[in-house]
Amino acid sequence: MNHQPKIETSPPVADEIRQTTCYMCACRCGINVHLRGGEVSYIEGNRDHPVNRGVLCAKGSAGIMQHKSPARLRAPLLRTGPRGSGQFREISWDEALDLAVEWLAPIREKNPEKLAFFTGRDQSQSFTGWWAQQFGTPNYAAHGGFCSVNMAAAGIYTMGGAFWEFGQPDWERTKMFMIFGVAEDHDSNPIKMGLGRLKERGAKVVGVNPVRSGYNAIADEWVGITPGTDGLFILALVHELLKAGKVDLDYLSRYTNAGYLVQSDPESPDFGLFLRNDDDEPLVLDRRSGTVKAWNEAGVQPELGKTWTDAQGQAHKPVFMLLAERYLDPAYGPEAVAERTGVTTVTIRRLAAELAHTAFEEEIVIDQPWTDFRGQRHETMIGRPVAFHAMRGISAHSNGFQTCRALHLLQILLGSVEVPGGFRFKPPYPKPVEAHPTPHVGVTPGAPLNGPHLGFVRGPEHLAMKDDGSPARIDKAFTWENPMSAHGLMHMVVSNAHAGDPYKVDALFMYMANMAWNSSMNTRGVMDMLTDTDLETGEYVIPKLIYADSYSSEMVAFADLVLPDTTYLERHDCISLLDRPICEADAVADSIRWPVVEPDRDVRGFQTVLVQLGARLGLPGFVTDAGEPAFEDYADYMVNHQRRPGVGPLAGWRGEDESGAGRGAPNPGQLDRYIANGGFWMEHVPEEALYFKPWNQAYQDWAVEKAFFDKPQPYVFSIYVETMARFQQAARGHGERQPPEHLRARILETLDPLPCWWEPLEEQAVSHSDFPLHAITQRPAAMYHSWGSQNAWLRQIHGHNPLYVPTAVWKAQGFAEGDWALVTSPHGAITVPVARMDALNPQTVWTWNAIGKRKGAWALDPDAPEAKKGFLLNHLIHELLPPKGDGLRWSNSDPVTGQAAWYDLRVRIEKTGPPADAASLPETETQASPVGQGPATIRFGHEEG
Amino acid sequence: MTTLPATTEKKLGLAIDLDTCVGCHACVISCKEWNTSNYGAPLSDTDAYGADPVGSFLNRVHTFEVTPDLGEAEKQVIGETPIAQVVHFPKSCLHCEDAPCVTVCPTGASYKRTEDGIVLVNEDDCIGCGLCAWACPYGAREMDPVEQVMKKCTLCVDRIYNENLPEEDREPACVRTCPAGARHFGDFADPDSNVSQLVAERGGISLMEEQGTRPVNQYLPPRQKTLADLAAKNSGFQGGCGTALAAEAKDAPGFFGWLDRALDKMG
Repeated sequence: MNHQPKIETSPPVADEIRQTTCYMCACRCGINVHLRGGEVSYIEGNRDHPVNRGVLCAKGSAGIMQHKSPARLRAPLLRTGPRGSGQFREISWDEALDLAVEWLAPIREKNPEKLAFFTGRDQSQSFTGWWAQQFGTPNYAAHGGFCSVNMAAAGIYTMGGAFWEFGQPDWERTKMFMIFGVAEDHDSNPIKMGLGRLKERGAKVVGVNPVRSGYNAIADEWVGITPGTDGLFILALVHELLKAGKVDLDYLSRYTNAGYLVQSDPESPDFGLFLRNDDDEPLVLDRRSGTVKAWNEAGVQPELGKTWTDAQGQAHKPVFMLLAERYLDPAYGPEAVAERTGVTTVTIRRLAAELAHTAFEEEIVIDQPWTDFRGQRHETMIGRPVAFHAMRGISAHSNGFQTCRALHLLQILLGSVEVPGGFRFKPPYPKPVEAHPTPHVGVTPGAPLNGPHLGFVRGPEHLAMKDDGSPARIDKAFTWENPMSAHGLMHMVVSNAHAGDPYKVDALFMYMANMAWNSSMNTRGVMDMLTDTDLETGEYVIPKLIYADSYSSEMVAFADLVLPDTTYLERHDCISLLDRPICEADAVADSIRWPVVEPDRDVRGFQTVLVQLGARLGLPGFVTDAGEPAFEDYADYMVNHQRRPGVGPLAGWRGEDESGAGRGAPNPGQLDRYIANGGFWMEHVPEEALYFKPWNQAYQDWAVEKAFFDKPQPYVFSIYVETMARFQQAARGHGERQPPEHLRARILETLDPLPCWWEPLEEQAVSHSDFPLHAITQRPAAMYHSWGSQNAWLRQIHGHNPLYVPTAVWKAQGFAEGDWALVTSPHGAITVPVARMDALNPQTVWTWNAIGKRKGAWALDPDAPEAKKGFLLNHLIHELLPPKGDGLRWSNSDPVTGQAAWYDLRVRIEKTGPPADAASLPETETQASPVGQGPATIRFGHEEG
Repeated sequence: MTTLPATTEKKLGLAIDLDTCVGCHACVISCKEWNTSNYGAPLSDTDAYGADPVGSFLNRVHTFEVTPDLGEAEKQVIGETPIAQVVHFPKSCLHCEDAPCVTVCPTGASYKRTEDGIVLVNEDDCIGCGLCAWACPYGAREMDPVEQVMKKCTLCVDRIYNENLPEEDREPACVRTCPAGARHFGDFADPDSNVSQLVAERGGISLMEEQGTRPVNQYLPPRQKTLADLAAKNSGFQGGCGTALAAEAKDAPGFFGWLDRALDKMG
């Protein structure tokens, strides 16, 4: 029999489609939210959106389950049980805000630094930072310090921008692409789209990562590097390229500080600094005239390889000469690094040859005239079609800043930044360091801070220290321990506040940062610090803890007061050019979120809560002259706040006639225009301005028009970072601000103005025979941090996380499927399930990040695999290095930026019997769930009501 | 027994590019999201927040490793890290021309459409006996744990002809969402279609051909990543694995001599 029924092939799709911005990770894709009967029924990618052009990842499509998550908080919560218990009672918003003001107002009046306000994975930092500034505390940052500050800071100090939000490969033109240490969840849709294009065009993809998952799985070549050695590998490529003369000398001469003369007399107090003229402009030795001239003088052709001796007989060498002398040394050669990196000499040499071939033999020429900042017209745009991308894998090491610098050096030597086929910045980047603020810590009781918290130091004079030399910030950012900590050190806040080092705080106020679980090193320790009480007073050592989150996370259980946030479909947000933009290399763009559905719970968008708190506290800018609230809510702020006259959070449709792009008066109809346009605004970069942006007159003029900055600011790339030489100068005893004695040697070694490599600090501190393996995490493409496990669909994809063990270790230990291992680090031990993996660096074990959950959190059954078998490596990592016996606390961070060195972890593993009840160890006591537990069955799309 | 049509006018199906699939599961979730509230009964999830969550999916991605044995010469190039390849393998109904799931169906609920070859389950007639799932050699059908009817890929039959959707969206949800562009939808009966062309160019393969099911969906195999090709993948690069750059200079003084000459040439 064959009876073919008639079926409906054109069922109705949606009653209405509303377009907003995804928040299932940090990509910020455009989404079409389908509504049926007023409820969200389907989410797909927005085809017109610059970030994702219609596609959407697993997380984005599972947004429905996040929006409907049983772990959503329902109302403000006041703690009733001990901290960590999860016992709360629901209170009203009036009560919650009154209480917050009761706690915060006296702090502001007496000593604003006693509030530490840190905001996690916040996409509104230009707003939350401004709030903290108006409050007056110096203690503000988001999660950059434990994420990828090494990447961001190295990029900005070297070339005015880094990867991801700052720039992208020229996907349409590049012919060889190398991707280092990339978490599969960062910039994930654009990278997947880009890889698809490269495959279509037959470009070569090289993946450099200890683990072959995700993007590395489809790489044409996989380099299974040993963790923490990427810098050595990159500098060996540099060695090979230099030796062969395969560097772009024209590019280096024109667009970098390769020709700047550096004081090279070790006895001079200015050793390591640039030679400058009376106008403070760095000098070069002009090959044509044989005299020193300002770097930007017309017609100058800088000497790159000769020493210039001044009238006093002091030697000055061009930057390029210093770098050539350094990296031509056999210590940087393939033979010297092959064993340590796990990459053979043959492979290093061949990859260098391929890079050189692609950059110089496969040159791209575009017939597009342009004019550089010196006024010279170029008839064509010449491209070097090799592109690079990197993320946390290379940056979350204690040598990560210099490794990221090394990668940028490689890009620059190949002449492949801001050229066709290479790496391209996304507006409003590139921006030189000089366009960024310096850090501010000037505290006045009852008044705002004296400027923005975070910034880029130019030398010791910008360190954030009090008059007595003690750190001004609770996280010790911008101190001699980590002078260039541009994003702060959120991972040190709880630890330092508990230790009262550098001082105690009265209140911790945090947003969207799961510090009591997967966002902290030393998870158990942090939980203990948050619950520790003062023996004399019986009060908590950290007296007050306010926390804002949408979901019943592990951190919620430790709060005294919980401010419940909305889901991403119920809120206003702006993805602002003042913050972390969504632009593409070809276009400037910003976007909004807006409530496509209204909350069905007593929750408020956190930014609106800050607007309300700001008004109640009377913070300048949050109240009018008459003392009335200046803004009704965050949406009102988004439209009407002006950071500078005519420049606000949103760039599109400004001014009375709505024609303003970047500049213009606030427009009350602005949000309607964004909504009508699909939730975003975009304007294309003019053709003549598409490449060579830092040096391109047309781009600079366009950037001023769009208000990225107020006057053209062309600059050259900093192969040599003079700021770092200034810290070394201080470490040698020069200058007013002097580092403590115990840090002088370390500053001299690590604040090197040319990229260098040192063994990761934990590796230096522990025995390699006791702890022979590296242990790292990878981020699954279908999960974002701790959020995914509450998602009924995503947890069916990544509900377990075994420890993946390389084949040789697997065999040596006699492991079999289903076995368990005791994993021991210098700090602790965990007992976890293991699985074999061949496509893995032979000295590395790894697991998926943040799958493990505390029992009772996220509305999961305490017997859920995430809570029972799932585990965190965090238990094995300490925020401090093992004690050296000098009585000092050395943080487990990069000594340049303070970036948390998650990936420095060393372990040993041993086979062990399965723990009782087959549950990973250590076990953590169950937290009570303020939201109950999720329903047994889901029939989405066909539910009643 | 249920009979199959002798032939179908079109052979709609997917060409899935295993060289491009990064295993991100976007297709898995988009499929579930569309289909749970469209054709037939919902795709349920039991114990959704519990110890043993089980939901029905019409499309899943499997991951496995392929590890060739290396000789000593190859180890010189690669070192101690195995050259193991990780393959992400998305799998859904392949809409076979000789679909055993159809012929085994005792009620006629499973059928293959004559106009486009899509294999569907008429849920009104499905008694949930599960024979079809046993008969399918690919494990591409799943019994819904709550509804107790057989669920399978419909090739989004309620999207591809749907006049309520813009024309560009009339493709399966998995294809529309795939970030890497690894999934292609088209008519394999038409030799000029996008999918037929891709299969011809890339040597597309039928999954488990020996089963005689004549699957419509085709897989584009991962490009070879053997040692000999490592360098050859780079366009225009003629060198082999052992290629190295010729040194201009052996030491720094020699290098600066070269540099001086090179700068002279730049003028």
